[in-house]
Amino acid sequence: MTLACVGAALAAPWIAPQDPFNPAAFELNQAFRPPAWLDGGTARYFLGSDDQGRDLLSAILHGARISLGVGLAAVCFALVLGVSLGLAAGYRGGWFDALVMRIADVQLSFPAILIALLIDGVARIALPAGAQDAIAVPVLIVAIGLSAWVQYARTVRGSTLVEKEKEYVQAARVIGRRPLAIMLVHVLPNVMGPVLVIATIQIATAIITEATLSFLGVGLPPTRPSLGTLIRVGNDFLFSGEWWITVFPGVALVTLVLSVNLLGDWLRDALNPKLR
Amino acid sequence: MLAGTFVSQPLLRAERLVKHFKAVRAVDDISFELYTGETLALVGESGCGKSTAGRLLLRLIEPTSGKVWFDERDLFGLAEREVRLLRREMQIIFQDPYGSLNPRMTVRDMLAEPLALHGLAKGKQPERVAELLRLVGLGPEHAGRYPHEFSGGQRQRIGIARAVAVEPRLIVCDEPVSALDVSIRAQVINLLQDLQRRFGLAYLFIAHDLAVVKHIAARVAVMYLGKIVELADKRALFAEPRHPYTHALLSAIPVPDPSLKRERLVLQGDVPSAHRPPHGCRFHTRCPHARERCREEEPPLAAADGHSVACHFWKEIEPFTSASRLTPVNERLTRLQAAFHTGGGSS
Repeated sequence: MTLACVGAALAAPWIAPQDPFNPAAFELNQAFRPPAWLDGGTARYFLGSDDQGRDLLSAILHGARISLGVGLAAVCFALVLGVSLGLAAGYRGGWFDALVMRIADVQLSFPAILIALLIDGVARIALPAGAQDAIAVPVLIVAIGLSAWVQYARTVRGSTLVEKEKEYVQAARVIGRRPLAIMLVHVLPNVMGPVLVIATIQIATAIITEATLSFLGVGLPPTRPSLGTLIRVGNDFLFSGEWWITVFPGVALVTLVLSVNLLGDWLRDALNPKLR
Repeated sequence: MLAGTFVSQPLLRAERLVKHFKAVRAVDDISFELYTGETLALVGESGCGKSTAGRLLLRLIEPTSGKVWFDERDLFGLAEREVRLLRREMQIIFQDPYGSLNPRMTVRDMLAEPLALHGLAKGKQPERVAELLRLVGLGPEHAGRYPHEFSGGQRQRIGIARAVAVEPRLIVCDEPVSALDVSIRAQVINLLQDLQRRFGLAYLFIAHDLAVVKHIAARVAVMYLGKIVELADKRALFAEPRHPYTHALLSAIPVPDPSLKRERLVLQGDVPSAHRPPHGCRFHTRCPHARERCREEEPPLAAADGHSVACHFWKEIEPFTSASRLTPVNERLTRLQAAFHTGGGSS
């Protein structure tokens, strides 16, 4: 199922009947078409169309692709940031450790979505208006990534504190390794296990965060709809009878998140030699 | 011990080394010398500071005060970079063969790492790795394996190969056999002795097991609560120990003869906390011979004919020799054994 979801999302440009990013392809007189199996529906718009006459199936496929991409990129960003800070904090200790962990504590006392909102909002104000749509995706990635690095930093710091007391680390010092090399060559491979498990589970969280931000209107613009954007757009028409515009992207989001979560569970079991 | 080595410069000299962890006096003013090719054993019960002393000598931890001279170089005065270079000459073998090898590295990577770092065996690394493995009694076919595929004894051999890889002159052996099965210990000890003979290594052999020490050491330093209480040639120490603490340690060695029993000197009480060591002689709280003076005045480590002891009254304490304290366990077993021996001889 995961493969089907991810595959469909990745293959969106080739399998989608319509290009949802190209307003010229929309036909306004086809707006609010219900799904194919209802009265007034046509096979051309299998899951119906939205207020702009955009094919919903195509939009969902593309939206899932964007959601997945943003989720993956945000997790990678958070992972690199969190792991390096956690590793350095755990290994160096002292004031650096105290500083990083206090920042982490402060950040943990806010909900992640609030942090992402804040960063997103600040970036929007700081950047010129014209560039906003173009940089919406990178900003979103950084915003979600910055709100999620704490978990990695804490996990890695904890394991680093344990690993650095082990004798193989001292042995590496005795053979003359530099601290940076010890961190990267000896400690890092031994603390990555739990991090990878967190990462797979966090992809799902990142997708939801992205959808939430887009739903709140601070994420991706309707011209490049992600699943969250589609749900928001559809929300406006929920009570006027055009329920499909919001329900189908919602179902797609749930399916995607669920399948990524299942993948994470499977990976955790596969990586844990005790369960094999 | 060769007479000539005493004349030469010591390879390593520890001078009034002190290491306090916050208020805990782990190592409190110890001094000793170590010569090329010899084995100095550092013995004492757990928590007496012997492992801390070993790590200080390698500058794995920084001392509170004191100096270590390695080959006439002031170890704690060197810059970080110079220490890394010097690491080629001094290595360590750890107690725990499970924690001392990186679980994510193959044996080949582990042995190649020090070679690459110090620019040794350039272009011939695979051959050198195979040679090192053979040296410690493993085979080249083990090079591609991970630590968890080996037994404890084999892992310890890999640890030894890693220490020997850079051709050091000094190896600190931090209880290298304590974690191993008794059956494996002798093999590893023999390997260490073999390597010492071949490469002229000096060992600082940290142990709590006097039976092992008796086998491998040339000189023995006995530590109690962060201090050296007795330092002597092995023979002298085992034949006529002077410090009452050493008496107690020696009486704890098992006798390898079921018909004999040694009179045990069992110490009363526990080791006092290194947090607040006793005034005067640190051993006075458990010493059967303690007097008023021991409570007030700390005895210095004083040498008499090459045998140093830190005790005010060692001359007055009845000398303890291990043989004198052996008594037959029961008459019947002795008679049986005697009959067995004569019976075997006559037939």
